[in-house]
Amino acid sequence: MEIRMKNLTKIFTSKNKKEVRAVDHVDLVIPSGKLIGLLGPSGCGKSTTLYLIAGLLKQNEGEIFFGDDEVTDTPPEKRGIGLVFQNYALYPHMTVRENILFPLQNLKVEKSEAIQRTVEMAQLVGLQEMLDRKPKELSGGQQQRVAIARALVKKPRVLLLDEPLSNLDARLRLQTREEIKRIQRETQITTVFVTHDQEEAMSISDEIVVMKDGVIQQMGEPQYVYDFPVNLFVAKFLGNPQINVFDGIIEKGKILINGMLVGETKLPNQKVFVGIRPEGFIVDKEKTSPFQYEIDLVETIGRDTTLIIEVEGNDGSLLDKKTFKAIVDAEHRIIPGDTVHFKVKPEKMHLFDLGGKVLK
Amino acid sequence: METRNNWKAWLYLAPLLILMGIWIFYPLINAFIISVYENYLPLANNGAGQATGYTLQNFVRILNDQLFWKALGNTFVIALISVPVSIILALVISVALKSIPKLTGFFQTVFFLPYVTNAIAIGMAFAFMFHQNYGLFNYILSWFGLDPVNWIGGTSSWWAQMSALLIFTVWSGLAFKILVFTSGLQNIDKQYYDAAKIDSASKWTVFRRITVPLLSPLILYISITSMIGALKAYNSVIGLFGEELGAQPYSMITIVAFVYKFRSSYTDVGYISYAAAAAIILFVITVIFSLIQGAVSRKRVHY
Repeated sequence: MEIRMKNLTKIFTSKNKKEVRAVDHVDLVIPSGKLIGLLGPSGCGKSTTLYLIAGLLKQNEGEIFFGDDEVTDTPPEKRGIGLVFQNYALYPHMTVRENILFPLQNLKVEKSEAIQRTVEMAQLVGLQEMLDRKPKELSGGQQQRVAIARALVKKPRVLLLDEPLSNLDARLRLQTREEIKRIQRETQITTVFVTHDQEEAMSISDEIVVMKDGVIQQMGEPQYVYDFPVNLFVAKFLGNPQINVFDGIIEKGKILINGMLVGETKLPNQKVFVGIRPEGFIVDKEKTSPFQYEIDLVETIGRDTTLIIEVEGNDGSLLDKKTFKAIVDAEHRIIPGDTVHFKVKPEKMHLFDLGGKVLK
Repeated sequence: METRNNWKAWLYLAPLLILMGIWIFYPLINAFIISVYENYLPLANNGAGQATGYTLQNFVRILNDQLFWKALGNTFVIALISVPVSIILALVISVALKSIPKLTGFFQTVFFLPYVTNAIAIGMAFAFMFHQNYGLFNYILSWFGLDPVNWIGGTSSWWAQMSALLIFTVWSGLAFKILVFTSGLQNIDKQYYDAAKIDSASKWTVFRRITVPLLSPLILYISITSMIGALKAYNSVIGLFGEELGAQPYSMITIVAFVYKFRSSYTDVGYISYAAAAAIILFVITVIFSLIQGAVSRKRVHY
């Protein structure tokens, strides 16, 4: 089921009459049968968008469609959605079985069918042994799966997940995200999930939607968005370690950082931000490249070495200090204090104007 | 090490234990002893008390006393009707209050006023409201074309008096229950209600399958304490009917009123033992009721 949002706006008014546009004129089409990650820092409006799709919040403006069906004013119980809450919101007094059965009982599904669907769902999420336990007797990951089963058992048109992994420990998180991916593939249900963790979003989404201040910045396949960010915010938000941003200048087709040549472009002369991904640095063994820094720290973990470069700001103050990270092959034996010459992979370098927009 | 810790623990507990010993445990045990004294006079021997021996006759006589059975019957009717009715009403009112958040504070105050007002004073106000000719209740009934009821007048029936007493008891017990339930409702995570909405639950289903189970520990607490309170009913009877304990003498007598009636005649031989025996019976009944509630709750209460 395709989800379409047109001109969707949600304004929250605080007690002192201050208005916050949590979602600001969002136009978004979520393709049918895909797993979509809504991604952004806290307060960017991603959860609000999810709750608008669910109908638990009422938009101030705009329309929402599920396929050809307009659901803008449809109450949540009639939208045919499954929602997994951040804290799962499993009914603590009901067993796993009763939790999964609950929506079916409300929808007056015939008893034998309801019981059969409950068992099927429990099998899908791998909890058939746990049906008679109470939620508090389950681990966080198991509770998460019960919540997914409860959301899916009524065969919703759309599955929504609010920060599905944020309450799990690191190991469980990896497992559960594979699990979510598997369940989504098996059921082919259009799924939207919200996260602030770019790695999480990139690892399981078919497409990601990056949001900031209630506005959609970019949508696309994770790797595409990573490789071709439309602005500095998206470039900085995706990738760990973060992209390095240098103050640079274009002069006669040459890209210069502090006067050091790092690449070439056809763009006209102007001041720019030069973004270079940490993996975009290549150590120049011949030491012919003019792009060079003294290394302050070296972290070697397995096959990669991270070089940490601290550059003082223009006025030399420590507060203005910037840290850059370059990830290079561990075979280079570099120690702190060495001066290293770098070449830059052109596809890992992005130029932005001073407003943060990408230059092509 | 261990003994020293124990010694300290007892020291810390001592103030409470001493007070409880004097004011709770000693009177309780003493009541048991007094209830089996024969021909007991508490003020004889310069206040040391005097009895001719031990006997179970006090209990036998009580169980043959018409007035005691009347008191027992009245008390049971009060407890078994007022407790469930007031709990259900308080639940409904609390849930309704929650759906009008702006006025919750105001109504909480309104409903809490009875709690901080003297029961005897309220009883007198209610006595006037139940007046056959000038009372508010009959005035309201007249809107529906109903004849005035002789609630608590000299010739009123037992059921009319009991209804008036029950209305008064339920109303004055509501305040505390509403207070407890509204604060309990505030502690229920809003997400459960959002989840129930997504799960297409009707309002009635939400109330029955989510609100009530999640409040069940509080409902149990309230039902046990108010059951104990109702079994001790006395204030309400005095407030509404005065020392006659009914429109006709003793028609609304309760067990505690029965105890009080004989206790106040302590200068007569054996009367105080009689009162003590009645108190012991009430104690046993209270324990039995609490045990039953505890047993029921084990299946129904979700912590």
